Amino acid sequence: MKKVYGAYLCTGCGIGAVLDVDGLKDAASDAGIAMKDHACLCGAEGRAFIEKDIADQGVNTIVVCGCSPRVMQQEFNFGEQTITVRGNLREHVAWTGSLKDDGSVDDFLQEMATDYVRMAVTRAQKTELPAPYKLETISKKILVMGGGIAGLTAAQEAAKAGYEVTLVEKEAQLGGKALGWRKMFPTAYPYADLENPSIQNMVAEVQANGKITVKTGTEVARIGGAPGQFNVTFKTAGAASEWDAPAKVTADQQDLINKGELEDPNKGLQKYTTANPDGEMFGAVVLATGWTPADVSQYEHLGHGKIANVVTNAEFEKLAKNGKVPARVAFVQSPGGKEDDKDFPYCNSVTSMVALKQANYVVEDNPVDGKAYILYQHMRTPGNAEFFYKSMQAKDGVFMTKAAVTKVTAGGGALLVDVEDNLLGENLQLEVDMVVLAAGMIPTTAGANTINLAYRQGPAFLDLDLFDGYADSHFVCFPYETRRTGIYNCGGVRKAETMDETIDDATGAALKAIQCIESANRGVAVHPRSGDQTYPDFFFSRCTQCKRCTEECPFGALDDDEKGTPLPNPTRCRRCGTCMGACPERIINFADYSIDMIGSMVKSIEVPDDDEEKLRVAVFVCENDAYPAIDMSGMHRNKMNRLVRFIPVRCLGSVNMVWIKDAMSSGMDGALLLGCKYGDDYQCHFVKGSEIASRRMENIGETLGSLGLEPERCGVREIAITDYDKLPAIIDEFVEEIVAMGPNPFKGY
Amino acid sequence: MSNTAGNGAVLVVGGGISGLTAALEAAEVGNDVFLVEKNAYFGGRVAQLNQYFPKLCPPTCGLEINFKRIKDNRRIRTYTLTTVKSVSGGPGNFEVQLETAPRYINANCTACGDCAQACGEEIADPFNFGMNTTKAVYLPHEMAFPRRYVLAKEACSAASLDAIKAACKYNAVDLDMQPQTFTLKVSSIIWSTGWNPYDPAKITNLNFSSSKAIVTNMMMERLAAANGPTKGKILRPGDGKEPASFAFVQCAGSRDENHLQHCSYICCMATFKQISYIRAQYPDAKIYVFYIDLRTPGKYEHFREKFMADANTTFIKGKVADIVAERDGGVTVTAENAITGAKVHQKVDLCVLATGMEPALGEQGKALNVAMDGNGFVVSDAAKGMLSAGCAKAAVDVYTSGQASTAAALKAIQIGR
Repeated sequence: MKKVYGAYLCTGCGIGAVLDVDGLKDAASDAGIAMKDHACLCGAEGRAFIEKDIADQGVNTIVVCGCSPRVMQQEFNFGEQTITVRGNLREHVAWTGSLKDDGSVDDFLQEMATDYVRMAVTRAQKTELPAPYKLETISKKILVMGGGIAGLTAAQEAAKAGYEVTLVEKEAQLGGKALGWRKMFPTAYPYADLENPSIQNMVAEVQANGKITVKTGTEVARIGGAPGQFNVTFKTAGAASEWDAPAKVTADQQDLINKGELEDPNKGLQKYTTANPDGEMFGAVVLATGWTPADVSQYEHLGHGKIANVVTNAEFEKLAKNGKVPARVAFVQSPGGKEDDKDFPYCNSVTSMVALKQANYVVEDNPVDGKAYILYQHMRTPGNAEFFYKSMQAKDGVFMTKAAVTKVTAGGGALLVDVEDNLLGENLQLEVDMVVLAAGMIPTTAGANTINLAYRQGPAFLDLDLFDGYADSHFVCFPYETRRTGIYNCGGVRKAETMDETIDDATGAALKAIQCIESANRGVAVHPRSGDQTYPDFFFSRCTQCKRCTEECPFGALDDDEKGTPLPNPTRCRRCGTCMGACPERIINFADYSIDMIGSMVKSIEVPDDDEEKLRVAVFVCENDAYPAIDMSGMHRNKMNRLVRFIPVRCLGSVNMVWIKDAMSSGMDGALLLGCKYGDDYQCHFVKGSEIASRRMENIGETLGSLGLEPERCGVREIAITDYDKLPAIIDEFVEEIVAMGPNPFKGY
Repeated sequence: MSNTAGNGAVLVVGGGISGLTAALEAAEVGNDVFLVEKNAYFGGRVAQLNQYFPKLCPPTCGLEINFKRIKDNRRIRTYTLTTVKSVSGGPGNFEVQLETAPRYINANCTACGDCAQACGEEIADPFNFGMNTTKAVYLPHEMAFPRRYVLAKEACSAASLDAIKAACKYNAVDLDMQPQTFTLKVSSIIWSTGWNPYDPAKITNLNFSSSKAIVTNMMMERLAAANGPTKGKILRPGDGKEPASFAFVQCAGSRDENHLQHCSYICCMATFKQISYIRAQYPDAKIYVFYIDLRTPGKYEHFREKFMADANTTFIKGKVADIVAERDGGVTVTAENAITGAKVHQKVDLCVLATGMEPALGEQGKALNVAMDGNGFVVSDAAKGMLSAGCAKAAVDVYTSGQASTAAALKAIQIGR
């Protein structure tokens, strides 16, 4: 596209009242694009004003300096073949300041606005219309791993939407844990009675569905490739294969292996980058490999594994499925005695329901003398599960109490259960035939690779310890995202779920798999930059194989070759730009976001070299939360420090340290990053961006130190979107520190 | 995309976190979506929350990314102040009549705020449950999307209306705006109409209206929010006292034969979250929690554990029998401790009712022939082209709402194919 520029200044919403309009227009012209002004650009007349230039002069690259880019997006969208760049003069400038007391324009405010105009013009000059990345071939087939309720549902629902599915199950038959159920929880109002298992119907429907290929007794050896073209190797369950997913080998470990000092953990395996010519192609993956029953023998006072007839809930279900259960049964929900009222680990709210269900077996099988005792600390029957709890409370022979179970012993052919702190007043010893422990459901992802990826960053999801081993990456807001694009979880790998929840969860996972495939097909990003057509472009001839991009990508999008040159997989990429921020050679760029663009914007900021009152601080602002917070601060008409210049970035992870150097070498006096909270409860939309950026800033601080500059000239602040009223003080504090240090001594050189 | 985009188009009713999720997930597959919301803004209940549990992060962060996705997606058309009037047809060819109430502020609005400066009248702020007032022409809240003012015309004098109109430089005030009815043709409908806090006045023994020292948990969210009526400082409504003691009354209206029979799922976690708000401001305040069960399963147990260890917080298993207003502005909460059998009379400065979730569609759903269960939750029925999501379907937390809404999006898409 040959760019034809037009720049427009909106003087409405108070902009024209506090700024020198002609001065701003001159600044745009000096920067290379002539600028016109209008009293209300977002109105019909204002848009027509711009549209006329589009029609008459073929303007296709439009600079709009006015309100925040977060508003009036539709109003300034002039079609797919045009680019609109916004300069934020309203929220970031006009609404944060005023005229001087004598009615004249405040030169500090004017300089701020002028810099935003220059930066917008520069951005327009450096940006390009993106061309989406299209795969040459794409598979729209979906792989579902795991043939229990979650996997069966995901397969069936994806097929109903018209997609081909392959369902793999390592056991000889489909159905998973539900095959062993005698009854299942109520699924419809009034939620009072147990239902007969529907698992056989679900299996039969899947088997009858022509769009679903079922592979039982089969496992996934490895998944290579990327969304739209995952290359999947299957193998007989339990067998070893040369295509098994290789373990992660760090660069240091590889050195040792090469020197013969360390045994290669992947000996005999195909290299992770080798595509299996016999592999099957898939567009996306649903992981539904479920859970395993927890081992509860560690709770010695409860006697599992030592005392006969102390069983887990899973073992009890098996007994109940195969025959009559004993008449007197105690169900123990919490293992902590008097000290701890938590349930067994990995229970969620499922095991309370299981105990209620199994208590029903006791009274059903023993109509005359059945006695089920449910000993709980907190009955966890949320939402509509409460109705089943209620209906069981009304059952003859079912006794429930809050209680601390302190000991289980065998004696006189029965089991004795010591119960304290209960609702009946005194300590009890119950005599029962069997004790059932409410063991939890451990996600298969907690102990094993499970997903078996042939990726540079290794075969498993990362950092699952933050999520108790559940396959999650962003609890609460992005429920389906994992750290591996195109792979969506459901069922027991996500949390201990009831069947109802699992069905919703699996249906949702099927949707995400479909959405990922369609996004790959359109050449656009998935969540959270959904629809973004840009992707990182590598200028390989200058790559030094430093591997930083490969190692830092939060989503494992980059593989590498023997030499360490990155092998990009654009459909794995979430477009955060962490690779761009990592690259010391500055060879990774996006069409509308590049090292040169932001660097040039920084350099377009005018730095007075002889005025100690007019220091300058470049503030790189995460556009997800920190930027909206600055907007909101402006909405509140909070004053903003006029020495700072805000530069929006995709994620702090994308901030390349060369920009900091650009800022400091152009005489600016400090540089600050504003981004999301990091750590165990990170809020970074791209998981690692703000954390990585903080580390880089520490390093650059040290570099500055070696040049004789104070390391504290570079800082990072974590900002929540709701911190808008605190923001001015946070900025002021940083700027005051810089002011105290004095001007950048290299200013003017 | 036009109003007659019937083929595969999805109507999502309710623009809270569930509706936003369902709409976006369907649109990002490639379907046309109409998203309608009865309030003047999107975000629903979540927009009113100060923080999410257990991460204690601001819900507006999650809303912001969803609003960005909407702005970036041309397949979603949004409508505020809009309700469904009738539904006819069936799966694949629904015809839905809708009505948009007058906002009296048109799309020219730039949210500059000049109108509010000119407005003389104030109204009780519905966003903050009436705990403060706002100008009668107002932005529903500062993060509101769409960022457009709304005018409570009936609250204004003729002179004030003239002044408001004159103050707007952009001709955005339209005092003659009328209700607009229109028809959409869609293949499927997702009901994501959410919930209302159960009316505490109906729980007569808790004497909600007898004292300003009794608030609901949703009011507590607003009291703790920086953009709330007290700028985030937790103060007793009415006299502005800094409370030295707090009581939380769990299951206020939930798990109760006479009120909501279901468990409202989130209230235990909400209380622990609100304990964290109190602790941040009043490190030594005494807190008493009256509960039946503490339903903080799974991942939430870590969060509970942290606050159970707090020496100044007492947990009493027992249902509250009554609350009596005291002359000093506080209240006395009475309950029986179910474990010791002792009667507890606890005097506190502020009492928070953990009021439950009542499905919001209610009578309106019946009039539209939407299938609802005995509790008023909407039954999801793909065969009829009617899906439900989030708290319209069952009382759940935000995370589970995300799952159910994403699932509803797929079921809706299947109908159009």
